[in-house]
Amino acid sequence: MYALIALGYTMVYGIVRLINFAHGDVFMVGAFLAFYSVEKFHLPLPAVFALAAGGAALLAVVIEWVAYRPLRNAPKIAALITAIGVSLFLEYFTALHQVFGPNYYAFPRPFQVVSLEIGGITVTNIQGVILLVTLASLGALQFVVYRTKVGRGMRAVSHDAVTAGLMGVNVNAVISFTFGLGAAFAGIGGVLYGIAYPQINTFMGVMPGLKAFTAAVLGGIGSIPGAVLGALIMGQSETMTTAYLSSTYRDGIAFVLLIAVLLWKPTGILGKARTEKV
Amino acid sequence: MIFLKNIAKAVLPFAALSVLLQFLSARGILNPYWVQIFQLACIVAISALGLNLIYGFTGLFSLGHAAFYGVGAYTAALLTKLYVGAYGDEAVIAVGAVFLGSLLAGGFAAAFLAFLVGLPTLRLTSDYLGIATLGFGVIMKVLFDNADSLVPQLGGARGMTGIARMTGIPWAVAALVAAILVIRNLVHSTYGRALIAIREDEVAAAAMGIDTFRFKLIGFTAGCAFAGVAGGLYAHLYTFLHPSSFDFMKSFDVLMIVVLGGLGNITGTLVASFAWIFLLEGMRVALPPEYIEFRWVLIPLLLIVTMLVRPRGLFGVREFPFLRSKVYR
Repeated sequence: MYALIALGYTMVYGIVRLINFAHGDVFMVGAFLAFYSVEKFHLPLPAVFALAAGGAALLAVVIEWVAYRPLRNAPKIAALITAIGVSLFLEYFTALHQVFGPNYYAFPRPFQVVSLEIGGITVTNIQGVILLVTLASLGALQFVVYRTKVGRGMRAVSHDAVTAGLMGVNVNAVISFTFGLGAAFAGIGGVLYGIAYPQINTFMGVMPGLKAFTAAVLGGIGSIPGAVLGALIMGQSETMTTAYLSSTYRDGIAFVLLIAVLLWKPTGILGKARTEKV
Repeated sequence: MIFLKNIAKAVLPFAALSVLLQFLSARGILNPYWVQIFQLACIVAISALGLNLIYGFTGLFSLGHAAFYGVGAYTAALLTKLYVGAYGDEAVIAVGAVFLGSLLAGGFAAAFLAFLVGLPTLRLTSDYLGIATLGFGVIMKVLFDNADSLVPQLGGARGMTGIARMTGIPWAVAALVAAILVIRNLVHSTYGRALIAIREDEVAAAAMGIDTFRFKLIGFTAGCAFAGVAGGLYAHLYTFLHPSSFDFMKSFDVLMIVVLGGLGNITGTLVASFAWIFLLEGMRVALPPEYIEFRWVLIPLLLIVTMLVRPRGLFGVREFPFLRSKVYR
């Protein structure tokens, strides 16, 4: 699940070099969309995923258009601060009583939980669904990035936006598409989160967002396999800490790991070193 | 003599302001709540000046400022608490000196920690440094949460209580003036010019013979010392510390202040700190109670609009006259 959120971060950063702090909140909106579609409209599960992904993508494209595009040529920090602003806005706006409300909501289980025991390891069908959806999303992403025209555009813009523009790539459209695609994965991640930990509120995006970003950096930001690898390491280390140390140290361990890796490889495990040119 | 005259010229208006405010609040003309907010604004301004030195002048992207603020707060609070605990009521006699000492100790603790953290992490560049310091901030928050298992007085996740109330208007204003003077003189010294050179172009600065790593470490350590002192003042203003006051969102608050005011701009940082705090609290009063939660909806909107209209901060590179360098500009 971290992997799905981390993908959005890494794609956006790879293309516009912006830490999109609002990404965790897009994830939250995805979870809430799923919540309403299950609770109020009793939609089937595939429709829930489609709705959450679509809604999150739409939101991200709007955010990009309103808040980030005017700052494309401004100092990088201005866009970063705007991203923090957008993040705070989404959190507190959706916490208003008129929108989603500040309470915790119980996410309804869309299907019965079944546990299977395979060779001493207990696997629930929830974990199975999460694994399947994540793998399917990764496959889809791999296809989009390496097999389609817009994917070629994304790779070109990430390499050199100005030259890509000269070569006839519609840079703005590609960036919008990237934001939308990343957000769609966050939306799917939101649904999975709701299924796995059946309690959601409007601030739920903060910590997963931060950790997913850390996972992306850990694996080497801008690299898609890196984001997945980072997310796997992150998830494992957190589970291990909870199991063997104490859950109070859980939030810290991920960052200890991050700093250790950054000191060893300053651009992440699968990141490419960029030499500073004068 | 000229030196003393300059100091006096800079300090006197602030001293007069401090006396006036103290007088008004003693007479009950000023609401104690607003007096407290004013002191908080001074404290935030000190911390923000520190971050401005780190990010605005030296160009080191730090997202862990609140952690150093917290270290200063806990250190200073623990020292005064131990002192008061040891001497009880007789403690009153030397308490001012002890308070000053513990503030400085808080600043020193933050600076020492910054030195230790900076040694490995300052070799990282731009965003990676930001993430590493952000991570450090989260780690420190976890440590604050679990601090009571090591030192029971620190309170851990339940919060630290029973800190003597020491910070008053004179302390807050004096500390702020001292911070402004130190940072102004530092920025316009050879050290400051080296820091700015690193911000502008690290490779070129190194080619001009600046030991960039050493100066980055100096800038980072000094900036964090400001945060430590500010944290000590904060602890003795509210007499209660909780780890959630030092989480990474607080680092973002300070960062927003510095960027809003304009990077590398002392005037901007000062104005933005006061505007930020008074805006937050003013809206608490101005908005009708049923709309109080709109506060945090309006503030980010205001932030986004400000950034879209003035991407280089409110003040850009313009400074108040007394903060300008006499040599150039």
